[in-house]
Amino acid sequence: MAVNDALAGTHKIVEEAREQQGGQLVPTLNDFSQELTTLNLGPTHPATHGIFQNILQMDGERIISGVPTIGYIHRAFEKIAERRPFYQITPLTDRMNYCSSPINNMGWHLTVEKLLGIQVPKRAQYMRVIMMELARIADHLICNSILGVDTGAFTGFLYVFQEREKIYEIYEEVCGSRLTTNMGRVGGMERDFTPVAIEKLRKWLKEFPTVMKEFEAMFNRNRIFMDRVVNVGPITAEKALNYGFTGPNLRAAGVDYDVRVMNPYSSYEDFEFDIPVGTNGDTYDRFIVRNEEIWQSLRIINQALDRLPEGPFHADAPHYYLPPKQAVYKNMEALIYHFKIIMGEIDAPVGEVYHSVEGGNGELGFYLVSDGGRTPYRLHFRRPCFIYYQAYSEMVVGTSLSDAIVILSSMNVIAGELDA
Amino acid sequence: MADPTKEESTAAQALAAEQDPTAQQNAQVLALLHSLFGEATFTDVHEPYGLLTVTTKREHIHRIVEGLQQDETLKFHFLTTMCGINYPENLNQELGMIYHLHSLVHNIRVRIKIFFPLADPVVPTLSDIYAAANWMEREAYDFYGIIFTGHPNLRRILNVEDMDYYPMRKQYPLEDGTREDKTDLFFGR
Repeated sequence: MAVNDALAGTHKIVEEAREQQGGQLVPTLNDFSQELTTLNLGPTHPATHGIFQNILQMDGERIISGVPTIGYIHRAFEKIAERRPFYQITPLTDRMNYCSSPINNMGWHLTVEKLLGIQVPKRAQYMRVIMMELARIADHLICNSILGVDTGAFTGFLYVFQEREKIYEIYEEVCGSRLTTNMGRVGGMERDFTPVAIEKLRKWLKEFPTVMKEFEAMFNRNRIFMDRVVNVGPITAEKALNYGFTGPNLRAAGVDYDVRVMNPYSSYEDFEFDIPVGTNGDTYDRFIVRNEEIWQSLRIINQALDRLPEGPFHADAPHYYLPPKQAVYKNMEALIYHFKIIMGEIDAPVGEVYHSVEGGNGELGFYLVSDGGRTPYRLHFRRPCFIYYQAYSEMVVGTSLSDAIVILSSMNVIAGELDA
Repeated sequence: MADPTKEESTAAQALAAEQDPTAQQNAQVLALLHSLFGEATFTDVHEPYGLLTVTTKREHIHRIVEGLQQDETLKFHFLTTMCGINYPENLNQELGMIYHLHSLVHNIRVRIKIFFPLADPVVPTLSDIYAAANWMEREAYDFYGIIFTGHPNLRRILNVEDMDYYPMRKQYPLEDGTREDKTDLFFGR
């Protein structure tokens, strides 16, 4: 598709320029000031943090329109999910928002549990909360520190990337993997926290606030940083809602919508935490809201860890929860269930369920239609990135190229979640 | 796994439903929907897992969603998601669209469904009501071939432009992973 076709009628300045040039976009020496540049930002540009293209029409330094093209890493997860038993869908959810895959995993398991009507024991719920909040911190750390890199400050990134590494070590201790965690099971967690995991977690909880404070001291009132981000890419609350914003991007605009508070899941109602909100929804507010959310997540983790109840770490759901491996060797029942679960031979009840969790970027929803078979009849992911990225083309108009990079960075658009 | 010994009587279930706040809210919303748009507009009303679900006709969908968004008492300001669905065995209702709306003020969700024939997959767009609908409709067009009249830019979004089929329809099953008639002779050279 030709670029000019895509841009046709997108902006008044283009139209005016076209009229003045008699319908031609070829400039002459007389109207040199009217020359427009078409700039392809991406698909693979280090500043776009993933594979998506933005065709920017620029008048000198000023962006007059932007057309985003997405779908470069589309992997047809919704279609693949129609053929897979519930367990095998977990690795698909890992690969959506890969900065906080535990949240995606838990969201999916909560959806299946809602469909099956499984009650998860308190201990497993608290463990899930701990892992989800760790994932949220890791997600926000990446977003905010890369925002720093995009404004030219590399140090902060190095500071907090170490901390993300430590979070990944905790993941590793809990489930064995680091990035695509595949954590948890339908009915609870795969295994209990080991003493080492709890020790690592406690150590990290003690050390992290110092680093976080340093990070904030480096950025929050930094003159250079503020010059780059204050009043850049603001969006009003009405517009943000109309565009379907959720998560930190919506809260930065001043709407205190948080799935954890409004529709609590996994015992979030047991914990005390605040919802940080911004005022004018610009890049600075998004940055500050994410920083504040990190502190709130720390509060939640501390409460959950202190009050971690004793008891089983998974529900008694033999049809869906894999039996312990030792039992499979000795116990016929366990062997049968193991086989049936692994081969995906257990039918789900008929029904349709929508469940959403507060992901790193906002409301991550799963709409699952089951026709009583082994696999979902239809599975639709409500991916927050996909829904709010369409506002980007409006947010960049009138800004400069360097602002466009910062806006993209502060929105935390994850290509895997965008395309799915 | 429901325990048969713990099964409650129907009266107890009815009482529980009466005391359930979501059921009451759903009843309120349904009453309002009926008063605004007429009782005959909605069919197949039920509440799976506490979420009010209604089916309507595609002629009404734009009016209903607009009414819900502008209604002063309900304030459905948030279009959570929408997606297409394909039931090949439902004659003349093969395709469907499913809308999830959310009122942030009262914390009520509602799910609206419409079904229409595969031969005539035309639905009015909602992108003039919610800006969020723009890409979601492009996605539904991309995967199911549903045509949204009045959409400003109805092009494929996730798939390549020159694709000539709609991959999420059930007529395109995924390849069986265990098939043996294919050779991997030239794979990974």
